[in-house]
Amino acid sequence: MSLAVAQDDPHHLGVLAKVGHEGPASKRIVTGYGFWIFLLSDMVMFSCFFAAYAVLLGQTAGGPGGAELFNLNNVAVETACLLLSSFACGMASIAAEVRSHLWFQVAMAVTCVLGLAFLAIEFHEFADLVARGAGPSRSAFLSAFFTLVGCHGGHVSAGILWLLTMMAQVYAKGFRADIQRRFLCFALFWHALDIIWVAVFSVVYLLGSAA
Amino acid sequence: MSELDEVHRRLEHAPGDEEQVSVRLRVLGYLIGLALAIVLTATSFFIAGTDLVWQPSIPVAIIVLAIAQMGVHLVFFLHITTGADNTNNVMALAFGLLIVFLVIGGSLWIMANLNQHMLPMDQIMQMQR
Repeated sequence: MSLAVAQDDPHHLGVLAKVGHEGPASKRIVTGYGFWIFLLSDMVMFSCFFAAYAVLLGQTAGGPGGAELFNLNNVAVETACLLLSSFACGMASIAAEVRSHLWFQVAMAVTCVLGLAFLAIEFHEFADLVARGAGPSRSAFLSAFFTLVGCHGGHVSAGILWLLTMMAQVYAKGFRADIQRRFLCFALFWHALDIIWVAVFSVVYLLGSAA
Repeated sequence: MSELDEVHRRLEHAPGDEEQVSVRLRVLGYLIGLALAIVLTATSFFIAGTDLVWQPSIPVAIIVLAIAQMGVHLVFFLHITTGADNTNNVMALAFGLLIVFLVIGGSLWIMANLNQHMLPMDQIMQMQR
């Protein structure tokens, strides 16, 4: 048995199935773990922006502060969009696992539309702030605000491009193992963005308008 | 290969992977997560604008609710749990959290300290003249 296994199974995965815990993990686990580490490093990067924002919170240079600028109704709608799109993405992962093309594409389309709605509201908010003379060059506080929230928005934009390529890949190639791994990474990315948004709306908007 | 995948599935978890349960239970899991997240979000939005609670407690309440909601997202959406098959993911998360707290806490601490001990900026400018 051992010779035959060694030849058509160079990584001894067959042995692992007999032995148990030793040996390399499956590709899906390694891929997911690697992407999880990337996401954690992304969160560390966001924590730097949060630290910069917290330090510069009072440095408004005589300009407007958070309480005058933020519209909490907008933020509530944005939060609802992102939360529901995270849920729709979860539905897409279930559809991917049971290999239902129709439900996968429907759930991904819903995820995409909600993500685009979030981006549209955020873009509108930024344009409004700039039009009122509260652009990123007004004060250190606003520079930090636009960097932090804009960085999250940039991640969402990149996520939507990734989402569209995932829809196309599943449509063209079906639920192959490598496509499933890519989708696992996409789903992790999209849920992680929602976690970062929780920090953004709590720290930036709610604390900003409460204080 | 599929048999092998099954073996791995019982041994270890990729982050984002769930245990093998029926579709209905998985949807239910996401629904519970969504409901908890909505309740926590609604509470923090309500608390931010209310006069009903002692005002200095509001920032603390918002931060606690945010941390709780992040936990809900991690467990119900990313499926990072404390099960034996999830150890690597949790260890990586713990290290990430350590760095996040060092960066945020350290920055705030040092900058507040500097702020306290340094002359205000206009006085420094005057000394340089």
